[in-house]
Amino acid sequence: MGFFVEVLISGLMAGVLYSLVALGFVLIFKASGVFNFAQGAMVLFAALTFVRLLDILKDTFAPIMLSLLITIVAMVLLAMAVERMVLRPLVNQPGISLFMATLGIAYFLDGFGQTLWGSDIYTLDVGIPKDSIFILESVFEGGVLVASEDLIATVIAGLLVVTLAIFFQKTRIGRALRAVADDHQAAQSIGIPLNYIWVIVWTVAGLVALVAGVIWGSKLGVQFSLSLIALKALPVLILGGFESVLGAVIGGLIIGAGEKLSEIYLGPYVGGGIEYWFAYMLALGFLMFRPQGLFGEVHIDRV
Amino acid sequence: MFYREAGQFKTSYQSDQAVFPIFQDRIFVALWLLAAFVAVPLLANEYMFRAIFIPVIIMSLAAIGLNLLVGYCGQVSLGTGAFMAVGAYAAYNFMIRADLNPLICFLLGGLCATGVGVVFGIPSLRIKGFYLAVATLALQFFTDWSFSRIDWFTNYTPSGSIAVQPVEVWGFVFDSPLRKYLLCLTVLVIFTVIAKNIVRGRIGRSWMATRDMDVAAEIIGIRPVYAKLSAFAVSSFFIGVAGALWAYVHLGSWEPLAFDINVSFSVLFMVIIGGLGSIVGGMLGAAFITLLPLFLNQLPLWLGFNMSTAMVSHLEFMIFGALIIFFLAVEPLGLARLWQLAKEKLRLWPFPH
Repeated sequence: MGFFVEVLISGLMAGVLYSLVALGFVLIFKASGVFNFAQGAMVLFAALTFVRLLDILKDTFAPIMLSLLITIVAMVLLAMAVERMVLRPLVNQPGISLFMATLGIAYFLDGFGQTLWGSDIYTLDVGIPKDSIFILESVFEGGVLVASEDLIATVIAGLLVVTLAIFFQKTRIGRALRAVADDHQAAQSIGIPLNYIWVIVWTVAGLVALVAGVIWGSKLGVQFSLSLIALKALPVLILGGFESVLGAVIGGLIIGAGEKLSEIYLGPYVGGGIEYWFAYMLALGFLMFRPQGLFGEVHIDRV
Repeated sequence: MFYREAGQFKTSYQSDQAVFPIFQDRIFVALWLLAAFVAVPLLANEYMFRAIFIPVIIMSLAAIGLNLLVGYCGQVSLGTGAFMAVGAYAAYNFMIRADLNPLICFLLGGLCATGVGVVFGIPSLRIKGFYLAVATLALQFFTDWSFSRIDWFTNYTPSGSIAVQPVEVWGFVFDSPLRKYLLCLTVLVIFTVIAKNIVRGRIGRSWMATRDMDVAAEIIGIRPVYAKLSAFAVSSFFIGVAGALWAYVHLGSWEPLAFDINVSFSVLFMVIIGGLGSIVGGMLGAAFITLLPLFLNQLPLWLGFNMSTAMVSHLEFMIFGALIIFFLAVEPLGLARLWQLAKEKLRLWPFPH
């Protein structure tokens, strides 16, 4: 039983990390209806920028703060560039063209980041402790082993979700964002500037990417494969629903737990490595019953 | 001046329904065929066959296949690489286990892809739009995994990669680039004619109705089950045959990574850049996406820059991404639309009114 819980918890924590990436997708899809495939590339780009700046600024008085600040500025600039060069010329195009354009952004960012910062593997150390600890010793014999960096990542992810929720519900800009998500034209007609909102939402997605990049980067090292975690976030996304922040979190937990449990308990029978596709099959199975994902909006077609 | 339809009267139903109703179009197509079958073999060298013509032709076939699904039936699929892989591995297994004629093996490979396509097309009846696109990725990852983990498919080769002999049909060996080129070209021409006629007919029209609005299509009596699944079936047949050709004729030896998700993306790029819902668009897109990396690769050499290969590949990524965005912004309807515009301009030329 203790082992099962251990696997479950490690799965849930991996799931939290997936939902961090999925969150960025959801934000952009909600506000602009763009299926942003570049989220993974943004994670890589943010992490690369951060880690290289950390190296350059290591002799200053507050290297982490400074490089964080500069990276944030870089993500804002990126959001503005995307709005100006991609979204604006492609306004009113079908979703698939915009999706392809974000694939273009992904290619561009992958190339740009590595041209600028090099393509080696960088270790990122922002002071997250890496030792494992035992928890729940009173419940199970011997307790449950968890990595403390996963624990911290979970806390950070939780804080991020709460912050985003407050931002969306309570602030002026957050309300404007929700209005745009509901109906572009209606939002525009009551005086919400669309272009400005898009810049903000891409910035927020960029910041989420930065958080995800720092956490993933300190876990795996900052390298090209970071941009591939977007592929891990996609099943989370369709499972939770494209439009729901809550869906991204719950979907992440289900996918993370399902993936780890299946690998341990099912993997040995079919030759292992099923982590590779299990998440997709799980999400596909869910979709057969709820085609819009768990928390996605139900679309009613009228003729 | 030369491109006039004035005086070309359609006096029978047959001429009204012709694929190319305009006389100049027929000449134009005939010239293209002549160029492809006669001029290219006379002029091109071995490198051009290997690096340009053969990949472009096979990818055209795949792009036409995907266009049937995405452009005509409106079902976005990211599983093209998987269908190509199924076609290639099925052809390989028929070849070594049943020892059939290679051409029949290619078609059987296509049929296997059709079977997989129909099974994975079933979710499209429930799931729509991007949910479907992501769901088709399930197939992509599943085939990647099965072809690298299940040894039966690769005939228990220890390395997991497959090497094949040149294709031999009735004692005739397709070993030189020229022969391979002619084989692929013939296949492409036959399949293009088939595709063109499918989309002109009842099935194609039911696909287009489903694409434009599936609820409305259902109401006027098109069964979505048939429309969507037949689109998946035909499209994956084309893609499966393309995959078998890609493996046997172009690659010669391959491993599961040859059909990974990047192949899916690049074929989708071909369809979008070429033009959704256009047969000629598939070919134009295939040519563009296949040639662009070659060109970008050579560019620093021509300009005299001296760069490390890693740098060149990063820059290539960058420029490729930027060009994709640029093309989508300038002509969202694809190269096929430019071609159409050119024809309309030509109709008036040289008198603008």
